[in-house]
Amino acid sequence: MKQNPFSFQLKLNPDDFLPASEEEKQSQVIMRESVSFWKDGMRRLVKNKVAMVSLVVIILVMIFSFIVPAFYPYSYKEQIKGANNLAPMQYSAQEQARIDAGEKVFPHIFGTDKMGRDYAIRVMMGSRISLLVGLIATGIILIIGSIYGSIAAFFGGWVDLVMMRIVDIIYTIPDILLIVLLSFALKAPLEGLKNVPGFSWVGVVGENLISIFVVFALLYWVGMARMVRSQVLMLKESEYVTAARALGVSNGKIIRKHLLTNCIGTLIVTTTLQIPSSIFTESFLSFLGMGVAVPLPSLGSLASDAINGMNTYPYLLFIPALLISLIILSFNLLGDGLRDAFDPKLKN
Amino acid sequence: MLKYVAKRIGLAIVTIWAVATITFFLMNMVPGGPFLSEKAISPQATAALEAKYGLDKPLFQQYLTYIMDALHGDFGDSLKQRGRTVMDIILMKFPVSARLGGVSVLVSLLIGIPLGCIAALKRGKFLDSLISVVATCGIAVPSFVICTVLLYFLGVNLQLLPTMGLTSWKHYIMPVMALSFYPTAYIMRLMRSSMLDVLGQDYMRTARAKGLSGGVILFKHALRNAVLPVVTYVGPMLAYTVTGSFVVEKIFTIPGLGGEFIKAINGRDYTLIMGTTIFLATLIIIMNVVVDIVYKIVDPRIKLK
Repeated sequence: MKQNPFSFQLKLNPDDFLPASEEEKQSQVIMRESVSFWKDGMRRLVKNKVAMVSLVVIILVMIFSFIVPAFYPYSYKEQIKGANNLAPMQYSAQEQARIDAGEKVFPHIFGTDKMGRDYAIRVMMGSRISLLVGLIATGIILIIGSIYGSIAAFFGGWVDLVMMRIVDIIYTIPDILLIVLLSFALKAPLEGLKNVPGFSWVGVVGENLISIFVVFALLYWVGMARMVRSQVLMLKESEYVTAARALGVSNGKIIRKHLLTNCIGTLIVTTTLQIPSSIFTESFLSFLGMGVAVPLPSLGSLASDAINGMNTYPYLLFIPALLISLIILSFNLLGDGLRDAFDPKLKN
Repeated sequence: MLKYVAKRIGLAIVTIWAVATITFFLMNMVPGGPFLSEKAISPQATAALEAKYGLDKPLFQQYLTYIMDALHGDFGDSLKQRGRTVMDIILMKFPVSARLGGVSVLVSLLIGIPLGCIAALKRGKFLDSLISVVATCGIAVPSFVICTVLLYFLGVNLQLLPTMGLTSWKHYIMPVMALSFYPTAYIMRLMRSSMLDVLGQDYMRTARAKGLSGGVILFKHALRNAVLPVVTYVGPMLAYTVTGSFVVEKIFTIPGLGGEFIKAINGRDYTLIMGTTIFLATLIIIMNVVVDIVYKIVDPRIKLK
């Protein structure tokens, strides 16, 4: 039968409906599993030697500051009698007598400070505080920044305009001035809060530490917000967001499930690079005497305390100073590695 | 262009106002007052002093008075340092900080830009790796660590340089080294990556194909384009050197504005706190605006929106 050239009728061939031969089936077999976003990124990260070394250093520092103190025979506030200003690996007269009597005394690996406290454990506690501040402050920044940035970008229009102008203003405020002022201003209300039932944890954490967190929560999220906003602005034009909207998914759920999960690469990288800068700021504040409260040490306050005795006990200064530089350096290098692995576009 | 400039200046004014307002109310949240010193002053005398400086009025009225006075250029008298106006103190202390900061900025530009260029031109060679390692470490080391290490080796151990004050050129060496370490490292990295970017551009190949000499290509084509990102960094860098000098001033006992600010907060010297904050904030914000506008002028590729 001659077919009309304009007919929509399909030209069917009975041969097309035969079961596939073994040979044809072979071509459909997946030879290599498809590589997911995570696997691809992890593969690139593992190949990056510098990033892996920094990761190992960070893990070692974490073990050193979170696990070792639990087994350590000295405590960070314990003042050992007669053991003031010992040099590293030196014993006090009493301890020497005990060793001679056959007793075992754990050595002061980094010596002791002028109040007779074992310096090794103080450095461990100090780096614990510095790490905790860095991690918690970064967590606060991550939460506020990502929510703020995604809301501004998602709703757009005048919402975006107003929200981003606020960001612009906060961005240009000279931060150190306000930090210094804020940490002074917040001290008294927090001290009052300590006595209110239900808020006794304020005393445990320390007022200064909380005011540091407040400062971070108020000032430092703007960079993160800008980063997230630019990502979401791009992502919200994608088809799956339109599809989700057509299906009637609520705005909050679109932001949570579709937009934020899709800029996870940027979030990870920005967060990792934020940690060292938080630690940096904390050590700066502690150094100026506005950081954690005594007897709790932080690496910044340890270094600050050691400055006066620098001529005679330089190791008291160099150990915390070296450790803080090492921590910041490793986080920076790991962040760079993560960026190259998960978010190569961010490089410029 | 005019619209952009107007917008930036408008935003700058709002920011300065915001800083002044935040500082004013924060400062009054700090417990204690300027007249609660160790010497017991009679309540009548305190009341008289407070009345003299208007501290007995409601807070909001104090705020309005202060803003109105500040708009007329009157920042009031210092509450602690009797007989001196806030402007006097700032004008006396600021030149010290400004000189230190200015020299540091200059040093970091003069070292950072050439080293960054060299690293980019010798990409992958030993010199490049060396510069990159130094730059990475420079970003990671806090300024107080550099200060103390310098102080220990150059000042105390070798007795080469004076450790206190800022009276001769020798006094400048250590503080300037400490202050310019971070910006230098940052500029080196910035310069290296932007130079690499420029070297890969088509117009570089064209320039070479035209047979231009290496020097002309390097200075006229590459450097002028590659230096642009560094220009944008100058604003934040000035802010960093002004505020970063808090630590440096403390360690080297330099009588600058940073130390004055901390002293003012400790003594609840309200007018001096306000004065220094507004002064420094204005300075930093103006610098940022100027740098942004200059950047748009030098780089016509950036669209003005």
